[in-house]
Formats: sequence, structure tokens, C-alpha cells
Amino acid sequence: MTTAAPPSALDALEAEKPTAAAIATRKLTSPWASLAAIVIAVLWTVPTFGLLISSFRPERQIKTTGWWTAFSDPQFTLDNYRAVLDSEDGAGLGAFFINSLVITIPSVIIPLSLACLAAYVFAWIKFPGRNILFLSIFALQIVPLQVTLIPLLTLYVKADLANTFWTIWLSHSIFGLPLAIYLLHNFMKEIPAGLLEAARVDGAGHVSIFFRVLLPLLRPALAAFAIFQFLWVWNDLLVALTFAGGGDTVAPITVALANLSGTRDSAWHLLSAGAFVSIIVPVTIFLLLQRYFVRGLLAGSVKG
Amino acid sequence: MFAAILLFAAVVGIILFIAGRFGGRRGDRVVAYSYLAPTLLMLLVGLVYPGIRTIYESFFDAAGDVFIGLDNYQTIFTDKDQLTVLTNTAVWVLLTPFVATAIGLLYAVLVDKARLESFAKALIFMPMAISFVGASIIWKFVYAYRPDQANVKQIGLLNQIVVWMGGTPQLWLLDWPLNTLLLIVVMIWIQAGFAMTVLSAAIKAIPGDIIEAARLDGVSPWGMFRFVTLPSIRPAVVVVLTTIGIGTLKVFDIVRTMTGGQYDTSVIANEFYSQSFRSDNQGLGSALAVLLFVLVIPIVAYNVRHIRRSESL
Repeated sequence: MTTAAPPSALDALEAEKPTAAAIATRKLTSPWASLAAIVIAVLWTVPTFGLLISSFRPERQIKTTGWWTAFSDPQFTLDNYRAVLDSEDGAGLGAFFINSLVITIPSVIIPLSLACLAAYVFAWIKFPGRNILFLSIFALQIVPLQVTLIPLLTLYVKADLANTFWTIWLSHSIFGLPLAIYLLHNFMKEIPAGLLEAARVDGAGHVSIFFRVLLPLLRPALAAFAIFQFLWVWNDLLVALTFAGGGDTVAPITVALANLSGTRDSAWHLLSAGAFVSIIVPVTIFLLLQRYFVRGLLAGSVKG
Repeated sequence: MFAAILLFAAVVGIILFIAGRFGGRRGDRVVAYSYLAPTLLMLLVGLVYPGIRTIYESFFDAAGDVFIGLDNYQTIFTDKDQLTVLTNTAVWVLLTPFVATAIGLLYAVLVDKARLESFAKALIFMPMAISFVGASIIWKFVYAYRPDQANVKQIGLLNQIVVWMGGTPQLWLLDWPLNTLLLIVVMIWIQAGFAMTVLSAAIKAIPGDIIEAARLDGVSPWGMFRFVTLPSIRPAVVVVLTTIGIGTLKVFDIVRTMTGGQYDTSVIANEFYSQSFRSDNQGLGSALAVLLFVLVIPIVAYNVRHIRRSESL
């Protein structure tokens, strides 16, 4: 909440202090500990790396030799990416990629703005039924999506929304709301009440308190939820499959990839390039905003 | 897209405007209810009503016309295919959280205060950003198989390693239970990063004086882990286990992308989809969804109780 203080001597001392884990590792026969860490790191990196290398290799090469051959016989091309994005004779993932963007952006903004309002109320306004309502919303987090899909689909068909983006925007917004409200509420609770009281004494109403006092303070929480929701929506398959059908008008890239994987099992030149087209956006967001993501992870799941 | 965003901006704007007209403390109630209205409406229509409706549907036949009582549930617990689904789900839920948490914990301890700690962590954490579909394709490639031919070599890493060690390559995803275990590997690969991040934060939060005291007492490194680290991070471990457990129960994308649920690899969440949308058995599909819901509840309840207890201490 406060800006980072300049590193003092005390901080340096703090950093020097060994943690329990560090002591355990250091004395745990260091070479073995390092080896174990490296083995895990390799196991976690090599599968992705192999597919990445493959996505740049010529089709014939991919299908007849392993990606590790690229080290002894390097041949690289962008043809796979061209083929996978092209809608004429390739897989046409380009259109699905756009759909993913169109799906994701409102699916983040809508629940975030609604949750701000709700969390504000739960954190700062006393009204009859507050606790029971908040608990109910918290509890709704445990409802698995599967339980809601078929009745929702029926509702959408009745409302004539089937096979439009609305079905997906609304569904993701609804499914994201309980977590968003819970996360934002936790952050809002930590804001000192005096700050709000002072604003009220100055004659500020709810709206101006909300925009002038709270929003700037809430930035980290908003960012945390936005990243969660972004990754969740971008990576979702179940909701999209249920509501969007398979066509390229509404379906996101995950659906296209899953279908490609089912029907053209051996088309590794398309699958590898396609996978990386779909991965590039969430991984970029993730790397840029990792800090907020971790903060949200810790605020949402572990207290203290 | 912009129309949707604008429409919502307008809705929020109108609410703020109306609420803004009720200044002071007397208007608090109006403000509260009008701020909450859209959220409550969406949750009622989108979660509460569908949930109740699905429970109701689960007592009806495939087409949703004839009331058949508990028959769908009986099918789940007696039909041979459905029993395989239950067995697989149990294997998934028993293995994934514990293995992922163990690896995450081990790695968190190993790289703690190491050089390049944040880089090392990012490597393990990265799979969390990749979709389950993307992760499935990555691992399908590792498991890929090529029949022995003159000009074609193995393209999947796993089979190549088998060949290097003198074995014959095989189709990994055909035989139960190995195929289920290999699918579980994908989920562990995704979730270990989550476990590592949360547990690493918990480890770093252990008070320095406890560690110092233990060190002065000459506690061995293993003893340090066993008697200081582990008890201190117990609440975090429970949260990680239960969170991964819930995620695992609901896993659907991995099974669908890698095997489509064939070769006895289906799990409840995938079977729900197959029954509801492919086999057109709405009743059985609903019953599977309800079962999923029922299975999630005790895990969440344990989690909540545990958090409460550790907070009251």
C-alpha cells in the first residue's frame, strides 16, 4: 500500500538472516540439493521447450525426427505459423485468436466493475442482511461450473442469445464474481476507516469516496483479480465449448486447438505452432504482471 | 465487444448516479441495495437457479421428461463404465494434490535463497499461465509415438528415451492404468508451481527468532525441516492440498484434449460433458454434476475449518 522505502541497513540485515529452508538446504549436502533442483527445473521446462523448437521446424522434419535433432541439423522456418494462422488452406487460428480477445476483455471488465460496487458495500456500509449475503456469495465459490451449464444454456436459448458472445461474457462474469468480491472485500477491509470518515466529514458522498479515495488504493487488488480472470477466461475450454459451438464466429482459440488436437492428431506442425499462438498472450501478461498475480494468489488462498 | 463494455459502463453509471443522489447516512440502505442489485441478479440467475435446476434434473431420465428417482445415481455407482470413471477420479484426486504439493514444497525449500531464485521459480510457475489445452498438447508431444520404420524416428521424447535405453517404443495412452497416470502427470506439472509459490511465501514468513532458537539448540537440517518448517507452514499446506484437490476434481480439459476420455481415462467432469452434450443423456449428466458438487463440499469444509482453527490460535 505504501511506496517502497529506500533499503536501509536494517533491511540488509533482514535479508542476511537465513530462513529455515535455507539452513536445511545448505546443510542438506548441497550437491544433491542442487541436483534435485536442476532435475525438477529441467522436467518442468523441457516439454515446452521441445514443442517450441518443433514449431519452427519444417513439417517433414517434425514428422520424421525428434526436435532434439535440430541441434545437430538446424533447419528453421516460419511456415507452420503461417499455415496455422491462414484461413484459406491452414487451420485459420487467426480468427479464433481475435475471438479470444473479444471474449476476454469484457469478461474481465464486467465482473471487476460490479465486484467493486459489491465489495464496497460489504466492507463499508451497514445494512440489514449484510453478513448473510456476504457469506452466501462467498459460499457460491464452491459451485462447480458443471452444475450450472445446462440450465444456463436453456436460459440463453430462450433469451435468443445462443451462439453470441453475450453467452460467454455473461457466464464468465457470473462465475468470476464471487472470487472478485471476496478478494476486493479483503483488500478494502484493510483500508483504515479513518480515511473514509475524513472524506465523509469533508462532505464526500459514496460515489466520490469510491473514485477518489478507494480506487487508487485498490489498484493492486484490481490488478490481481484482473490477471486471474484474464488467465482463467483466456485458458477456458469448458464454458466456450458449451456456449460457443465450434464455428469460428464465437469460439475462442482453446476450442479450435482442442478440435485440431482431436481431429488431426499427427499434424504436429499445426499443433505446435497453434499451441504457441495460444500461449503467447497469457504468458506475456503473466510475465509482465507476475508480481500482482502472486500477491492475489496469496491474498486469495492463504491468510497471514 | 465495445458495445458490451459500454452497456455495462452505462448500467454502473446509472447506479452510481442514483446512489449519488442519496447522500449522507440515511441513504446508506438505498446505496447498498442498488450497488448490489446487478451482482445479486446475476448470481441468482447464473448460479443459484441453475444449481437447483440441475439437482432437480438429475432425478429425470435422459430426455428430461420422466421422473426416475435415484436411478441416475444408481447407474453411476453400478454401471461398469461409470465405475471406471469413479475409480479414475479417485486416483486423480488422491495422487495429484499430494505429489504436486510435495514437489512444490521440495523445490521451494531447495531454491530458497539460492542464486537466481526468482528465475528458478518462474520456470516452475510458468505452466500455470498456459491453458490446460496448451499443456495437454505439450505433453501429448512428449508421449508421441512413431511405428518403427526406416526413415522415421521417434518424435516424442519419452519414446526416444526408451529407445536410447534399448527398449521398444509404445503407445503410452492406450493402456489403463498407465494412461491415467500419464494424464495426471500433466496436472501435476501445471499445479506444482502454485504449490511452490504459496509454500515458499509461507516458509519466508516463519519468524526468524524461532529459527535462530532452533539453530542455537543445534537442531539438524532435517530436524529443522521436520520440527520447525513443516509445523509452521501446516495451514498453508492444507490450503494448497485442498485447492489443488478441488481443481483436480473439476479437471476436464486435459482428459478431453489428450484422449477424449477413451481407453478408460474418463473422469467425472469429463463424463459430465460427454453424457450431457454428446450422448444426450441429460439426466445422467446432471447427476454427475451434482456428484461433483457433493464431492467438493467436504474438501472446502475441511479447508474452512482448518483456516478458522489456525486463526483462533
